[in-house]
Amino acid sequence: MHAKQATHTMLAMHGVSKSFLGVRVLHGVSLDLAAGEVHALVGENGAGKSTLMKVLAGEHAPDEGVITLDGKRHRFSHPAQAQAAGIGIIHQEFALLEHRTVAENVFLGREPTRYGLVDRRAMEDRTARLLTDLGEHGIGPRTYVRDLSVARQQTVEIVKALASDVRVLVMDEPTAPLADHEAGLLHALVRRLAARGLGILYISHRLREVLDLSQRVTVLKDGRQVTTVRTQDTDTDRIVRAMVGRELSAYYPPRARPDEVGEPRLVVRGGGNARLTGIDLTLRAGEVTGVAGLQGAGRTSLARALFGAAPFTTGTMTVDGAALRPTSPRQAIRAGVALVTEDRKAEGLALRQSVRDNALLVTRAVPDRERPAAAEELTALLAKVRLQARGEHQETRYLSGGNQQKVVIAKWLAARPRVLLFDEPTRGVDVGAKAAIHTLVRDLAREGLAVLIVSSELPELIGMSDRILVMAEGRIAGELPAGATEEAVMRLATTASGTPGTTTPDRADPDAPAPTTPDPQEGAA
Amino acid sequence: MTGTALAPQPARAAAKSRAPRGRGRLADPAVGVWLAAGAVTALGWIVVAARGGDFLTLANVVGILQNCVALGLVAVGQTAVILTGSLDLSVAYLISLGTLVAATTMEDGSVVTGVLAVLALSAAVGLANGLIVTGLKVNAFIATLGTAFILRGWIEDNYTGPAGKVPASFQHLGYDRMGPVPVSLFLLLAVTAVLWLITRRTRFGHHLYATGGDEHAARLSGVRTRRTVIAAHVLCSLCVGAAALFLASRLGAGAPWAGTEARYDLESIAAVVLGGTVLAGGRGGVVGTLGGVLVLAVLDSVFNQLGVDPFFKNVVRGVVIIAAVALYARRGARRSA
Repeated sequence: MHAKQATHTMLAMHGVSKSFLGVRVLHGVSLDLAAGEVHALVGENGAGKSTLMKVLAGEHAPDEGVITLDGKRHRFSHPAQAQAAGIGIIHQEFALLEHRTVAENVFLGREPTRYGLVDRRAMEDRTARLLTDLGEHGIGPRTYVRDLSVARQQTVEIVKALASDVRVLVMDEPTAPLADHEAGLLHALVRRLAARGLGILYISHRLREVLDLSQRVTVLKDGRQVTTVRTQDTDTDRIVRAMVGRELSAYYPPRARPDEVGEPRLVVRGGGNARLTGIDLTLRAGEVTGVAGLQGAGRTSLARALFGAAPFTTGTMTVDGAALRPTSPRQAIRAGVALVTEDRKAEGLALRQSVRDNALLVTRAVPDRERPAAAEELTALLAKVRLQARGEHQETRYLSGGNQQKVVIAKWLAARPRVLLFDEPTRGVDVGAKAAIHTLVRDLAREGLAVLIVSSELPELIGMSDRILVMAEGRIAGELPAGATEEAVMRLATTASGTPGTTTPDRADPDAPAPTTPDPQEGAA
Repeated sequence: MTGTALAPQPARAAAKSRAPRGRGRLADPAVGVWLAAGAVTALGWIVVAARGGDFLTLANVVGILQNCVALGLVAVGQTAVILTGSLDLSVAYLISLGTLVAATTMEDGSVVTGVLAVLALSAAVGLANGLIVTGLKVNAFIATLGTAFILRGWIEDNYTGPAGKVPASFQHLGYDRMGPVPVSLFLLLAVTAVLWLITRRTRFGHHLYATGGDEHAARLSGVRTRRTVIAAHVLCSLCVGAAALFLASRLGAGAPWAGTEARYDLESIAAVVLGGTVLAGGRGGVVGTLGGVLVLAVLDSVFNQLGVDPFFKNVVRGVVIIAAVALYARRGARRSA
């Protein structure tokens, strides 16, 4: 599908399609990679990057399509086969044994032996040589992995891949867990690997590093390949446009009128913890505030901090005028804050318990005399969230995703919250139930609740929010008014690194890579 | 030490990495538990001496070591299973059945057939445990509890009391000494050495630690985790078989209560945990376990000398085990922080 490259094509994926439970997540994606090339793969959350990568790694078998490596067709059905063919993956979560040494990790499953026993010396010598080849002098082969920084653990993962003679290295958001200067070191490492003739498939949200590192960029959107271009022929704006270009089609309830927005319900000043920095935030009664940002930008951390599940360690917070920085969910619940979590099955519901038990969970756990007995008004509550179930005694695991979410919302409404936080409110929910949840959220705001929505679905976020906060790297990178375009949101989310205007002095790092392109949107906040 | 052969840079790096290890020596439970064994012995000596007794007589020390053998054999095997993140609760009944099989087989046949029969039985039980845990995906706690019940049923149905008779030639294992040292102690040391070699120096051993440390990561690295768990169970049961043979030799006959009376199932797990092996797997080793066994044996001996009542004795044992594990957990938490 592409003009012949100067260097020969090493890896080619052609027409790869994949469906899960009848939902097509990849539509005929084609992609090729030359030896020595860094090929970047970008797209919004859920665009299909990870699925494509997992198909390549043998974790998912494709429904259609061909994978060719050095002219040989492959059809991987197990990760070990892909590894044997020379494809190495650096996952976002490392597959390392913390309590074993670097050498033991690098050669795990392939330990060299001598007289039937593991040849520790050979293993450590070879690990040391691989590390020296990479110019990594800070890691000893006998160091325990738990004693290494995240950046160095990542290097160990890379060495582990190199030890098995990979030809193609797939890196999934490798800089996401790294500090700026560490990211700079990783970039240098990626360049050295490419210079050694490896083909590197580089998945990243940070467009600046993509432009910096790659020779070509492929953009995915909704499982389709939008374009593959040479990096020198494109820029941030064009990539962002390709990532988001789609129409708003769904219906959203009308936004709040100015007179409906009331008093501040929850105020945070200078909030911060390990993952968040300098959070200033005001949630008002009657208003729906949206929080946008890419994965790892700190959106979920923000919601969890407000709810006391991963508390703020600095700053002040007030709820309805009373100072309170919750250090546990129980405190937050008592103050009237509720969080509908992202992972409904693990954190939202007791799946083997009934609708009734789930809906009454919070009121039973955190009793409050001022609240009317929830058990009596349960029926009304379930009607209010428009639950469709066989009855209050049905186990929640048998409900659809949308109805499960309604039970979670009912559970929180029973506690009479004043601030309602939603993390991905419609993830895994079908279209009909989505609209019902959107309407419900707006109705709740009309009743005077302050609502915060975290969502990866930009159309939803833009359609629902009265204003949008965009987060990047643990800070609020900027605020956009209702009806902002997806492009504006994405631009703030992807290019916010070291945005001037936000006055947060920490993390000022002398080694931080200087911005390579002047950012046209600087100061948008 | 192997660093000397390397290029200067990695050697330097290795030296750098050794520094935290040196500081961590004392924090290593395998070292700590041996120090604790020494401390308990010293304490026992002082307390007994204060009562006018003599704790460190040759007879008493030899007695302590002799008492280590059976529990030591079981605990060392248990270590291999626990390292993979599994567990074996069937060891007590396997010991009982082992002594019965040994004694009844040796009564009619030769010592060799008796030994082989016990080892074959053990391997079969271990294989069954491993297959149930990995194949049927039954939690190890339940799976081995189930095999324990099955073995118990078999014992109660077929043996009403002590059975069989061990020939005098086989009783050498239980009672002979080389100088002051019981022969059986060499059996324990040999088995421990073999298990140390297997866990530390073979590929299987490395995979044992990897499987217990993070099964997913191990599988992604090409480790056949199921086989590893099954092999660990077989290895454990073989050690238990050795313990059964030793006890048969001591008792001179097979006994249905040989393994259950001393509660080798829970006792062995306690010794393993006391020795610093993490119950979730992936960390620890047989050297620490041996230290744990020694601590328990010394405590027992001190209490016997002092004539302490069994209630107090058990309370102290419980406190020691809980305190040790709490200490390890705190250290682990500080390290990861």
